[in-house]
Amino acid sequence: MKKKIDVGELKSRIKRFLFGMKFMDGFIFKFVIYILLISFSYIYLYPVLYMLINSFKTVDDLINPGVRWVPTVFEWENYTRAFQVLEFPQSIFDTTWYVLKVSIGATVAASIIGYGFARFKFPGKKILFGIMLATFILPSQVTMVANMIIYKRLDIMSTEWTMLLPAITGQGINAAIFILIFYQFYKTIPTVLMESAEVDGASQFRIFRTIALPLALPSFLIVFLFSFVWYWNETFITALYVGGAVTLPLKLQAFRASYELLFPPGTAGAELNEAIMMAGNMVTILPLLVLYFVAQRYFTESIDRTGITGE
Amino acid sequence: MKKKNAIVKPNKSTNRIALAFKKARAFIVKQWDVFTQWWYKHIWPIFEKIRYALTHNFILRIENQIMTLFSFIKIRITRKRIYASYGFLFILIWLVGLAVFTLYPMFYSLYLSFNSAYYNLQQGVVTTWIGFQNFVNIIRSSTLLPLFSTYIGRMVISVPLIIVFSIIIAVLVNNPIKMKGIWRTIFFLPVIISTGPVLTELMAQDATSLPSLTTSAVFNYLTNSLSPLIADPLTNILNSMLMILWYAGIPILVFLAGLQKVDPALYEAASIDGASAWDRFWKITLPSIKPLIGVNVVYIVVSMSLYVEGGGILDLARTHMLVGAPDSSIWFGYGYAAAIAWVYFLLMVIIMAIFARVFGGRRER
Repeated sequence: MKKKIDVGELKSRIKRFLFGMKFMDGFIFKFVIYILLISFSYIYLYPVLYMLINSFKTVDDLINPGVRWVPTVFEWENYTRAFQVLEFPQSIFDTTWYVLKVSIGATVAASIIGYGFARFKFPGKKILFGIMLATFILPSQVTMVANMIIYKRLDIMSTEWTMLLPAITGQGINAAIFILIFYQFYKTIPTVLMESAEVDGASQFRIFRTIALPLALPSFLIVFLFSFVWYWNETFITALYVGGAVTLPLKLQAFRASYELLFPPGTAGAELNEAIMMAGNMVTILPLLVLYFVAQRYFTESIDRTGITGE
Repeated sequence: MKKKNAIVKPNKSTNRIALAFKKARAFIVKQWDVFTQWWYKHIWPIFEKIRYALTHNFILRIENQIMTLFSFIKIRITRKRIYASYGFLFILIWLVGLAVFTLYPMFYSLYLSFNSAYYNLQQGVVTTWIGFQNFVNIIRSSTLLPLFSTYIGRMVISVPLIIVFSIIIAVLVNNPIKMKGIWRTIFFLPVIISTGPVLTELMAQDATSLPSLTTSAVFNYLTNSLSPLIADPLTNILNSMLMILWYAGIPILVFLAGLQKVDPALYEAASIDGASAWDRFWKITLPSIKPLIGVNVVYIVVSMSLYVEGGGILDLARTHMLVGAPDSSIWFGYGYAAAIAWVYFLLMVIIMAIFARVFGGRRER
């Protein structure tokens, strides 16, 4: 029972499969898009993959040009060395605790300031809001000279207060973005809610506490995650104000020196190599990676929340 | 018989516990009532009196919606004014921070940049006015000036590159494809892990350049035949190509958010009228995300400028500040560091303004 194959129909079928009804939904178009996306994501992931793979390599694998993506042996020794040099696990707790304090401070401050800007009308609001946005482009290096002097006057130089104080007054790293996120969110809460509460006799602080704050929980999460990541990654200002070895990235900066302290040069089989460096790097960004993959949705949603794409 | 006991016993005991809880709760509630009654009878009047004293005195008097300051400044309390005061109250902490940690340091460092300033253990910072000498020194410096020109060259080449790249990726991801979330996750990843030391180490190990790009003949020809003024930033960029593309993380998401707000009906209408995909991209897609280019330029320039590389301008400024001493002939102290930072900041703003103008065009309103 052979069915006659209609050549014309087959042709049109293949054509439809390849080019679709209007080319945009055809196979070729999709194929090209996926190929492009995959190659671009390869570019994006290449350094990370490089870091991950190289951190497992032995010295022989590093030198051997034939070994590129799959190490012959997974060398966990690199990681144990990196742990030792970075003083694991004490350092990760210290870093997390410090960053947690600062980022919670920054988040709470941003939530209060954003509410002030979003809810109330007051003279000079537009100018102040403009200044707030403008602080984003002001590099902290411009103010570092004078800030050092201020901190010395306040006698808080080389303590965590040098990061905490600007954070809780809404002047920390990228604070403008955080305030903007909260501002945009509070703008979306209908004022009717607040007005009815006001008629019922609630004070402004009570309205803020019981209506605005619970609604703003997603914004809290986003701002907290971002401030956590940014304060974790900040090295210049932290090293200058707080001190050389507070956070993991700062310890990583001094990795070579501290490695040579632990394993003096000349010790057999203990030379510092790229693999160990990469293991150190991996360890430093690992907490952030975990955080990112757990809360990935909130990170990528953040852009919509800032409302910079217009009303 | 025994079995029954075994079952009943815990029941009884739980009953007893529940009863005890109830009693305790009733007790606490009663005590609380007693306490509040006592509070309102004896303590509250004290607060009331304090409040009265605070609002009915020579300095401040609040009566019948009129606030009197020093008994001759009279302010009517209106709803608007109450709101304004609440607004200021909420942003008060920010205002204080702005004054102490941003505006004052900003202008003070501007002042310092016209001084030669050194730190002195006894007297704090000692300043002497020297006019524009610091800025002249920057121009005359043989280490700083090339760094500034490299910085400008780097910006001029990489900002358009990142913008174009992020538009391409945003348009690609915006197509009806599967696993949108995963692509977004991948392209946003650099924002999370791009910490200074990690970037530096990756660059040191040459993991940031595309191997096929740096060894190609075209590249070699370009670097050999162009003048170093152009070739240096070019090699610099090609060697850290991936790092530069890494800055596209947030711009991609911004463009994507913009693209998703474009009405699909527009595309349909255009294709009915016979516009090809190419036309639709240039006539609909691009104009609709054009306003976002300005925002992205600002973000890219700021985030690229704030990356501190060892031996870079910012690093040098820090060293000048920390090591500088009056008798040092290499490190020039606070004033010089402030001048460097200000020149850097001004350059940054100028670059931003030019790019925002060129790409974004004038806003039509």
